[in-house]
Amino acid sequence: MGVTWDDLQEGAAAPRREFGPLTRTDFVRYQGASGDFNPIHHDEEFAKSAGYPSVFSVGMLQAGILGCYCTDWLGAENVRRFAVQFREQVWPGDHLACEATVRRRYEEDGERRVDLELIVTRQESGGAAIKGEATFAVS
Amino acid sequence: MVDKSKVGLTDQPATMPLERGKIREFAKACQSADPAYVDDATPPVPPTFLTTVNFWMGSGTSPLAQLDIDLRRLLHGGQEYVFHGPPPHAGTDLTFQTRVDKIYEKEGKRGGTMTFVETVTEFRDPEGRLVAEARSTAIETGQAPTKGS
Repeated sequence: MGVTWDDLQEGAAAPRREFGPLTRTDFVRYQGASGDFNPIHHDEEFAKSAGYPSVFSVGMLQAGILGCYCTDWLGAENVRRFAVQFREQVWPGDHLACEATVRRRYEEDGERRVDLELIVTRQESGGAAIKGEATFAVS
Repeated sequence: MVDKSKVGLTDQPATMPLERGKIREFAKACQSADPAYVDDATPPVPPTFLTTVNFWMGSGTSPLAQLDIDLRRLLHGGQEYVFHGPPPHAGTDLTFQTRVDKIYEKEGKRGGTMTFVETVTEFRDPEGRLVAEARSTAIETGQAPTKGS
């Protein structure tokens, strides 16, 4: 993993990563993996009947991408909290960028921990698709 | 409309086995290639994996499914997972139970009155230890929102 406690000063950031373009196949693959078969994410007619221009991504897909981006950085065993708020919807063809920044470092429950500020940005609008927070233990 | 009398509604506890194949499939769908998820024989769950519990029991059994939310107007507002220690691993049977914690309304900018429903699911290991909690915020919009709302 290679990231140490000394590396994780307040303001330290994970390497930014880009994902996409997201496809309908990515949505369906996530729906199969999660078991969430809300048709609004894969049934074009259903989405249009609800007033949307097309199907759109599952919020939990971009949340899952963000979660794994964090564990790829600080370790799968070390997540203690992960929270997201969904902002802009994500559409077929969108490109996303994930970023994580250390906002606090401390000891709690016998562990060294960092709190992270998280954002997923839609490259098409420049706006946030997700804003989030996480807590990780650091060995 | 959401039935506000359903605050406090709790479903029956049920048990979900954490399976290696599902964890691998989920991690790949989330575009992770971390060997911890795809190669380990007993991988930990990714941060958002416990969302799959909503569908373990099939549709219509969670308290949320009893609130008569219109799928065409349903948005997912937010989601939180708290782990009381390292995340659980494949091979663990987790018992879970969901309750409707809060129902409230806000005026939306474009979608009319929005109804927020927060549910909390607790996950316990076979020894009864609380290993994780999930808080989910569902939003029923007044009308289908336009792009970007």
